[in-house]
Amino acid sequence: MEIPRNWRLRAQRYALVGEECDHCRTKIFPPRDICPDCGQEAKARFAFSGKGEVYSFTVVHDAPTGYEDQAPYAIALVKLEEGPIVTAQLTDVDSAQVAIGMPVEMVTRKLRAEGDEGVIHYGYKFRPTLAHA
Amino acid sequence: MVRATRAHDQEQVALGPARVMRPDRAVGLVGYGAYVPRLRLPAKEVARVWSEGSALLPIREKSVPALDEDVITMSIEATRNALARAHISVEDIGALWVGSESHPYAVKPTSTVVAEAIGAVPHLLAADWEFACKAGSEALQAAIGMVGSGMMRYAIAVGMDTAQGRPGDALEYTAGAGGAAFIVGPHDEALVEIEASLSYVTDTPDFWRRPGARYPQHGQRFTGEPAYFRHITAAAQELMQALGRTPADYRFAVLHQPNTKFPQRAADLLGFSTDQMRAGLLVPEIGNTYAGAALIGLTAVLDEAEAGDRVLVVSFGSGAGSDAFSLRVTPRLAECRARAPRTRDYIARRKEIDYGVYVRYRGKLRM
Repeated sequence: MEIPRNWRLRAQRYALVGEECDHCRTKIFPPRDICPDCGQEAKARFAFSGKGEVYSFTVVHDAPTGYEDQAPYAIALVKLEEGPIVTAQLTDVDSAQVAIGMPVEMVTRKLRAEGDEGVIHYGYKFRPTLAHA
Repeated sequence: MVRATRAHDQEQVALGPARVMRPDRAVGLVGYGAYVPRLRLPAKEVARVWSEGSALLPIREKSVPALDEDVITMSIEATRNALARAHISVEDIGALWVGSESHPYAVKPTSTVVAEAIGAVPHLLAADWEFACKAGSEALQAAIGMVGSGMMRYAIAVGMDTAQGRPGDALEYTAGAGGAAFIVGPHDEALVEIEASLSYVTDTPDFWRRPGARYPQHGQRFTGEPAYFRHITAAAQELMQALGRTPADYRFAVLHQPNTKFPQRAADLLGFSTDQMRAGLLVPEIGNTYAGAALIGLTAVLDEAEAGDRVLVVSFGSGAGSDAFSLRVTPRLAECRARAPRTRDYIARRKEIDYGVYVRYRGKLRM
């Protein structure tokens, strides 16, 4: 089940590709082909910048199957610059340092692997925005 | 053509007819990008666990990939950085090649995942390259050929590794993680002109890893003179000689860097100064990034080079071979540099870990 689902969703998972409503310009993620704002059809592909901020978060200590190796880790609601809120794992950050309002950016990382011999799933996570000199 | 029979006599290496390579159409680098993970393992931590702290340290610290990082994720970020500087249409990318000795899959390409993540599919060549630490520079040579022949407008070559080291082995002090991506394109769009290149390879048993083996082995006495020094110096000297150049013509030199000492000694042999080597010598701070090592050194140089500067880059891969490139910076570099993080931005982002955490993160702890 996981392999076909991850394959089908690869554009949104690897690169945060959603949709834009032709009628009201609302940016949509994840893509659903119907605008949640105006209810019209919305199928134009839109690549999000990946920039956003932590809207809220929690720290997972008792991880679901497949993620045990990574615990503890933070899961956040990230408010993207373009509007939508996405749920994603945070990475490259210590859980104690996560704060509401923290600027973050999308990176493509390993989500989980199906054991030592199975397929590896990749997808978006968010990290604290890299400081530029 | 006389070749040296005793490879450690550097002076005796007779230079054969120059086999310098130049494409029919002039090409250059139209984008570059680097990636280094956040975690650092100080070499003194390895020494603490394995030698009561008495070992001589080949570097200060090395970069370590996080649990969710591998050559695929790291190549995606370096390639995105290269694209940010290039401002090209991804549909025009004709090839995406990733050179590494730590591809996440033995069978299933790294390059297709990277190509999908940047939106360059489906009309391109994609494949993974293997030649120890020369895999990335080999891909770069091929990219020059493809673009230079007019078969495609742009080709991307990535050198990236999350290198393996057996616990307690000399390589565990230095085996780091990181690398770089380069976009080869037409000369008139180039940030860096590729003047010429050369490749120098022989069968040398200095380092290998068999299929299914978790860690590589090294052929002790073959590591230095017959492998690293012979190939690096021959490739560099032959390329400079063919172009009528001397080290004084280059503002920067970047040599493959398995530790701090080797590139410094090779620079001495070739006649490059500490000052020419400084910007591209990253190994003390991030370790040996294998297929990424010479290439990420070049990204750090490009972060500070000025128009007109010449750069000599020489990779080395065990088995063994070197690729040498003579490059010249164009005025466009300064305009595009700030569009992506500099290599130093990644090096400055660091979290130190101890040996215990390193063992867990690198999967060396089997439960």
